[in-house]
Amino acid sequence: MDNKERIAAIVRKVSNNSALPDPDESLFDSGFLDSFALPDLVCELEREFGIKIPDSDLNPRKFESMTRIQSYLESRM
Amino acid sequence: MAAIRGFGAYLPSRVVTNAELAARLDCESGWILDVSGIEERRYAAPDESVAGMGAAAAQQCLESAGVPASDVGMILVSSGSSERRFPGPASEIAHALGMDGVPALDLPIASAGSLFAMSLAASLSAVHRNVLVIASEKMSAIVAREPLERGVAPLFGDGAGACLVSTEGPVRIVDSVLHSDGSFAQDLRLEFGAPLEMNGRSVILQASRKIPSAIGELLERNEKPPSAVKVFLMHQANQNLMDRVARALQVDASRFYSNIRRYGNTSSASLLIAAAEWWRDPGPRAGDPICFATFGAGFHWGALLAEAAS
Repeated sequence: MDNKERIAAIVRKVSNNSALPDPDESLFDSGFLDSFALPDLVCELEREFGIKIPDSDLNPRKFESMTRIQSYLESRM
Repeated sequence: MAAIRGFGAYLPSRVVTNAELAARLDCESGWILDVSGIEERRYAAPDESVAGMGAAAAQQCLESAGVPASDVGMILVSSGSSERRFPGPASEIAHALGMDGVPALDLPIASAGSLFAMSLAASLSAVHRNVLVIASEKMSAIVAREPLERGVAPLFGDGAGACLVSTEGPVRIVDSVLHSDGSFAQDLRLEFGAPLEMNGRSVILQASRKIPSAIGELLERNEKPPSAVKVFLMHQANQNLMDRVARALQVDASRFYSNIRRYGNTSSASLLIAAAEWWRDPGPRAGDPICFATFGAGFHWGALLAEAAS
């Protein structure tokens, strides 16, 4: 799986929804995730990509959409 | 050695239900309960002030501890909702308690101020012996500011709590950790005369990581696993957050004392109100480790470990 597919799998798992929003669409405004799912999303990303996201990077904007998540993670690789 | 001698609390009499707020905010009352765990909160009367509620909680605390006001050597008052820029409520509370001349210090740290004050009091008790910690909040006056936000207004309530820290008492203060980080200061703030600004996603994301981290740091250096703690007394911000912290520490959520369903988030007062209720029933049992934890605007966060005397 490429990074985009890995992120999509995590969003499906955390949202408990087999559908996906558009890559640039807000995961929150679209209703796929609520505020309390965001910490779960971050934990799953850390586990899947084998990284520790520092508290200073825990800005919700970095995790707003699948495109933004991919951009952030690839900046860490 | 510093110790806790007692707690006290004051809650205004007016109960505001989700149904009442839902009608004003154009949302479902069940939605408020789902996102916060809150069913009702208390609102102060127009003539009830931060200082007045704080003095009432302090009086109950002193009565519970059996200590006269004349024996208090210092007062620390936390509030993020005081009615004016200065003076803060500390000196007014001291005056109401007949303690003119006793040093009275304000700590304007929303949500986390009570735990910061307890930690400071533990150190200051060596000099001032009986240090009275008070947290009082009139959040209803703030969340009433237009525009009303359905994601903010239902969360908050009013009330006050107090704790007497001394050189002796039934619950020894073992250790504490305090942290502050201004990187996200804009994400939870109250400008003068403006509505409360809260980036809920940021607050939840940071709190859900920093609270378990602070508790873990504190317990690890005191060689206690989370499972050894009999009760966690946490800032009553949101039931979902408390449940998440419990999961992160791998302890049952029932170990986290909760009264948020009845009072909502009373900011810095919530920790002491919860502690006062727990102190009355079931209260500390010999040898029990007790962990306090908080997180608030700033961000400021921390944890405090106490232990009931054997």
